[in-house]
Amino acid sequence: MDTTMEPNAGTGRLSRPPGVVFGKIAATALFYIVAILIAVAMFLPFFWSLITSFKPSDEIFSVPLRWLPSHFTLEHYIKAFTTVSFGLYFKNSVILAVAGVIANLFFGSLAGYAFAKLRFRGNMPIFRTLLAAMMIPGIVTMIPSFYVLRHLPLLGGNDLFGSGGMGLLNSFWGIILPGASGTFAVFFMRQFFLTLPSDMMEVARIEGCSEFRIFWNIYLPLTKPALATLSIFTFQAGWNSFLWPMIVLNDPAKATIQMGLQAFSYNNQTDYGPMMAGALIAILPILLLFLLLQKYFVQGIAFSGIKG
Amino acid sequence: MLASIGKLNRHQEKMAYVFITPTLLLFAIFTVIPVVMALYLSFTNYDVLSRMDWVALDNYQRLFKDGLYWTTFKNVIFYSIIFVPLNILLSLGMAMLMNFKRFGIRLFRTMNYLPTLTSAVAAATVWIWLLHPEFGLVNNMLGWFGITGPAWLAQTETAMPSIIMVTLWQSIGSNMVIYIAGLQGVPDYLYESAKLDGASAFARFRYITWPQLRPTTFLISTMAIIGALQLFDQAFVLTQGGPGNVTKTPVYLIYQQGFKQLQMGYASAQAFVLAIAILIFSLINMRINKAEEPVV
Repeated sequence: MDTTMEPNAGTGRLSRPPGVVFGKIAATALFYIVAILIAVAMFLPFFWSLITSFKPSDEIFSVPLRWLPSHFTLEHYIKAFTTVSFGLYFKNSVILAVAGVIANLFFGSLAGYAFAKLRFRGNMPIFRTLLAAMMIPGIVTMIPSFYVLRHLPLLGGNDLFGSGGMGLLNSFWGIILPGASGTFAVFFMRQFFLTLPSDMMEVARIEGCSEFRIFWNIYLPLTKPALATLSIFTFQAGWNSFLWPMIVLNDPAKATIQMGLQAFSYNNQTDYGPMMAGALIAILPILLLFLLLQKYFVQGIAFSGIKG
Repeated sequence: MLASIGKLNRHQEKMAYVFITPTLLLFAIFTVIPVVMALYLSFTNYDVLSRMDWVALDNYQRLFKDGLYWTTFKNVIFYSIIFVPLNILLSLGMAMLMNFKRFGIRLFRTMNYLPTLTSAVAAATVWIWLLHPEFGLVNNMLGWFGITGPAWLAQTETAMPSIIMVTLWQSIGSNMVIYIAGLQGVPDYLYESAKLDGASAFARFRYITWPQLRPTTFLISTMAIIGALQLFDQAFVLTQGGPGNVTKTPVYLIYQQGFKQLQMGYASAQAFVLAIAILIFSLINMRINKAEEPVV
């Protein structure tokens, strides 16, 4: 795309003097040295925790440090799953993240479609209000959201006036519902629907197709790439979230993987082997998703840059 | 004919409202009501258990005398002043490097992006081990150069710099990708004509790249400021706010005050003051970005 960043690309001389050729080689060498140094620095923490997680316990604390274990062992992984209910936390996190993805894909595209394709009074003012609310820092709504969850009427033992019970506290719904139709999802889907032509809609209407079927059968299938990108980002956000689940979920049996992981670092006699194994397990699903769907990731981040 | 078009439009409008109802309902319950309540709660003594009473400005009076609260503010401002500019500098530098079309560039970009995929908790967990005073990788590598590394997370001078380092490691990758997208949007002819005029590489950066990336920089710096002032996860996992409260942040304190000690009214006042601070810093950032008038 952009060759002007290459040194000397614009000069276009056929026979270059030797100094220029040497300069080009030096520039290339310098580029690779710097790029490799940065990449190694960024990757080293992963490598080191991976190596640690496979080392026998006595080799973790060795001076001078050993780069490779004498033999690979899975004991820390087994320990991570047996001393802490890591399997349960993993399952809880999967449920929460997947529910968040499904809800956001459905409600986000439904509302995004309405804002992009349907004419109704208040379309722009309502949409602008949603966007403006994105700028409100999360800390403002944290305590009142807790209050609202606790006092939702007729849920979790509450009466009609929202008192008496615990509402949706300590329930997965308390995590899923507040984020079920994120403004980012609505905005993202709206921008995508805007790029689709409206004439298919007109034809379908003449044929007597219902509005919901126009959305569901005609337009939604065309947004698969956008849905893929959105699901990755929603999954990542749900999987990685920490503070809100920690506030809402008190029951240890409902803890998420991030909460479970944090338990490893709390006791002073930290067991670094299982701790690294746990951290890697907590990273793995996102990593796999990334490697499989890399192009959707990049599109999504580029999009979030363009919106500014 | 006209009547039926009107009917069709009305039907369409009705369906549109049906489509946005779930979103608006959730928005009303979990954004509008909490925002309105946020201010109200800060004037009460709400503590979950007993009756909620109006206490007027008591919470705010207490807050202004609360030394710990202002310490957390000082901590997070110190953090932000170092983190935000470094974040922009490093991610832009990395983006310019990664914007070269060279063999293997995709692999380099992927490696630099990987840390942003990790959760704050998992990343912090990994770094607890890397920063271990005796057996950690960082101090061992410093040892190769004859440097005795500090107890990074346990010493007052190095605890906050450690958090800055970890959060930078984790956040520059995604900003790099945003900057690369920004760099690719800068029209080529600007560089070409600048080269014809004999502009140096630095001048090309100063008068073309930097001004052209202004909207991108504005986006990244705004997000970084809002995130930095609400620092919590890393401070919670890496240092638990210690040693001696040097890494305790306002969000950490609000979490403790509100959800551990159940003084939710007072915690709401703390949250409200923090939100005002975030607003002020965002506005300052906006002014700084506006002041940088575009050259091209």
